[in-house]
Amino acid sequence: MKKVLALVFVLVLGALIMNHLNDNNLFAGFGDAMLENRVSQSYIDRDATENNDGVVFDESLDLESGAANTVTAIVADYRSFDTLGEVTVLFISSFGVALLLGQSKKRIALEFKPNFMLKIGSRALFAVILMTGVFVSIHGHLTPGGGFPGGAMIASSMLLLYLADDEFRAKMRGFKILESVMGVFYIILGLAGLMITGFFLENFLDNGALGTLFSAGMIPIVYIIIGLKVGSEISSVIDHFLSEEGA
Amino acid sequence: MNPLLTFLVVLIGLYGLSTSKNIIKSVFCVTITEAGVILLFLNLGNLEGGSIPIFAEGLVNIVDPLPQALMITTIVIGSTVTALALMLCIKIFHHYGSVEWDVVLRDGGEE
Repeated sequence: MKKVLALVFVLVLGALIMNHLNDNNLFAGFGDAMLENRVSQSYIDRDATENNDGVVFDESLDLESGAANTVTAIVADYRSFDTLGEVTVLFISSFGVALLLGQSKKRIALEFKPNFMLKIGSRALFAVILMTGVFVSIHGHLTPGGGFPGGAMIASSMLLLYLADDEFRAKMRGFKILESVMGVFYIILGLAGLMITGFFLENFLDNGALGTLFSAGMIPIVYIIIGLKVGSEISSVIDHFLSEEGA
Repeated sequence: MNPLLTFLVVLIGLYGLSTSKNIIKSVFCVTITEAGVILLFLNLGNLEGGSIPIFAEGLVNIVDPLPQALMITTIVIGSTVTALALMLCIKIFHHYGSVEWDVVLRDGGEE
């Protein structure tokens, strides 16, 4: 009976959505987005505040936002304040996980006894995954990815160590200090922008040539901060999930 | 293809949310609903034969970067909120000895 009611509810909702949203131009068809009418075009042309001469790869200097990756330019430059809020939500939920579980001394025992090869091999892989995470974080303004996927990769390298070694326990105090310090750095960066340019989190560094590693002003710095912060937050969530409930 | 078809995923998630008897399944139904919304947003910026929004030599026809930037936020927050919800499930299991909605609601009503 409950399932039938749920099915009817879902079908009615689906019919309502199809009826009321299908006949207007709110949603363009699959593959024909009209960018000319959207604000996104200004983000691509980098002329959200004033006109510029167009973006040329490897040559354009002093653009509004110097990141080759437009998504990064939006996340870490145009809407950096938004990202600060997002990082805060991340912090609150990792704090909530820690608060719910409480401090726990023991970690969950594995079902098997890891042998020597597994331990050493997982440590070698740990280094590779950690380096990839750091690389993705640093190159966030040039390649797909950025601080958030990079941080998730750093945390996944910690997860590998937890799963492959039954005695491994990360020093969570270090992660907590790292996370707090990175959060403070982000705010300090924003306040420095406020002091120098008059706007919170405004870019105050040289933008450089589009497409080079040392370009895009403070976007790489912001993404390194976010990468370390997200990595330490997700690592501490993993640690809490893999530890026994504290008495 | 109609982009509204992504609402199908949302509706599947809602159906599961209203019928599932297990709390962990409910959490994952929320995740499915979220995946539907993410699909819808990525559809909004899609261009037939468009290229990625990263500048390179001779790049034309860039897809809309704004929905992708918004969805980064959704994915990251969604993952940690799921972690928080699953942690609540662990607490519920330790307290009630079960993660079934029926048992939890019955035992919770008596106290």
